[in-house]
Amino acid sequence: MNGLLAVADLSGDPRRRAHDRRMQRLLGSSAFITIIISALILFVLARGSIDFLKSIGWDLGVLRDSSKAPGWFPRRERFDLITIVMGSVLMGSIAMLVAVPLGLGTAVYLSEFAPTRVRKILKPIVEVLAGIPSVIVGYFALKFIAPNIVDPIFSPDQSRNMVVAGLAIGVLVIPIMASISEDALRAVPSSLREASYGIGARKSTTTIRIVLPAAVSGIVAAFIIATSRAIGETMVAAMAGGRDGSGPRVLDPLEPGLTMTAAMTNAAGGTDQVNSGAPFQVLFFVGLLLFMMTMGLNVIGDRFVQRVRQQY
Amino acid sequence: MSTSDSPQESGALGVGADVSTSLAHEQQTKSDSMDLPIFAVRDLSVKYGEFRAVRDVTLEISEHEITAFIGPSGCGKTTVLRCLNRMNDFIDSAKVEGYIDYHGVDLYHEDVNPNEVRRRIGMVFQKPNPFPKSIFDNVAYGPRLTGGMSKADLNDLVERSLRRAALWDEVKDRLKASALGLSGGQQQRLCIARCIAVEPDVILMDEPCSALDPIATARIEDLMQEIKKDYTIIIVTHNMQQAARVSDRTAFFTTEMNTESDRRTGVLVEYDTTNKMFSVPSDERTEAYVTGRFG
Repeated sequence: MNGLLAVADLSGDPRRRAHDRRMQRLLGSSAFITIIISALILFVLARGSIDFLKSIGWDLGVLRDSSKAPGWFPRRERFDLITIVMGSVLMGSIAMLVAVPLGLGTAVYLSEFAPTRVRKILKPIVEVLAGIPSVIVGYFALKFIAPNIVDPIFSPDQSRNMVVAGLAIGVLVIPIMASISEDALRAVPSSLREASYGIGARKSTTTIRIVLPAAVSGIVAAFIIATSRAIGETMVAAMAGGRDGSGPRVLDPLEPGLTMTAAMTNAAGGTDQVNSGAPFQVLFFVGLLLFMMTMGLNVIGDRFVQRVRQQY
Repeated sequence: MSTSDSPQESGALGVGADVSTSLAHEQQTKSDSMDLPIFAVRDLSVKYGEFRAVRDVTLEISEHEITAFIGPSGCGKTTVLRCLNRMNDFIDSAKVEGYIDYHGVDLYHEDVNPNEVRRRIGMVFQKPNPFPKSIFDNVAYGPRLTGGMSKADLNDLVERSLRRAALWDEVKDRLKASALGLSGGQQQRLCIARCIAVEPDVILMDEPCSALDPIATARIEDLMQEIKKDYTIIIVTHNMQQAARVSDRTAFFTTEMNTESDRRTGVLVEYDTTNKMFSVPSDERTEAYVTGRFG
């Protein structure tokens, strides 16, 4: 070599370059297909919703049943949305009453107090809990929570009611609440904790006055994402919630109730099975509503997570 | 404060060290009480798990002086510093052996509350670490821990602390603004103000200027001279010129190869007045280090 190079010397093996390009196309198309599927779901929901709205003649009054005994009875063409929205909100709220203290408590313990050894054991257990199929939690609700906790304390008329389902959904979302909150707490730089200890603050004071405020946006994010999961939870709500479309208009959580999700499963395979017309198409409408609710919550939750990342 | 039973065994001092109290520093007019050490460290060793970070450190630290710990990376100077206010308690694997006497009290006695220790022995860290709160709330954080202070008293204390830390004039019009909006040097002075606000006895500084530019560094150094009449200051520094400029006494640490484990352990080589350490050190390793031949 006399010191000068040709371009070919630096252009590498053409076969490798071709391989690189093929790889890139393959991975790119997987990502693209995922986007297409999401768009298709949204499209199907939107088309079904429009069909539904057409079949009720765009009369949204139909969705607010003002008869004496309102309820969600799609086969009888009674679509009182408030019944099932309230069912979802009530069971979701009960779930969050369980998940926030237990999830946040777990997160604070794991991040601030647990010795490394305990943390190494406890954290995987919490993560395993997140992977339990919800049908198992449903049985847990029916066979344990209802007979051993709710029945003895509240003696409700029926063992399947919104409290039982709400508590079980709460158990189901504890890991999400715990895991996202813990990430937020651990993202608080240890230099802030040291600063606080360095002037004589106790560990609990440091946690309450420094760490929790610094992690607040992440904890709010955890709350929002867990709420979205609780509202979207289907199996437990359908199994343990009572599936009663005459629903929670009385606002008594010890009554059986019906969530939006359970209403949809009912119609898809359960007692309310229908295949055409407004009673069928309304499912798309409910689905779209549910999709928008959970998506809205997730977007807001993501915003808060972003804020945590930007802060430090 | 009991100073009557402070240990004076000069036989237990570190390699080549001479801290006999007759060696009065020229700039210092000492009263009798100042001659007694505030800290007496004996045979201090720290292990992280199986790894011995530093071993057999023995030294005494005098009140109202600035003591500098210098030495190459990994020599254990920060580890020793963090033993003095029990900051190593937070490291699960850390094990502290030996004896640290603080005003006649065994600092690691089982009945000693580490929070109480840290209230008296404050710390300023390598990287400025203000809380993501307002300037006022940063300084007021410590006093509020104990509570029971009137609003006016708290305002006074915050102002006094900020003045002592030479920051008041720069921030007096924006006390409610976030501390994170301050420059690095201002943040570090805020951290010093926050430390002063709990009225400690000792301030430990762990490379407080390593993240600052020369002008901000000079301001912190001036500040240290300014406040040393009220506090005892111990500073860890990588910067030999800084140690020479600010300190009354200097302890030089270095690392030693451990033949069995093939890992390095920190040891105290020499501890003496800063003048002597930088002009006529007794140990050739100190001389090599301070003249820049290694490290």
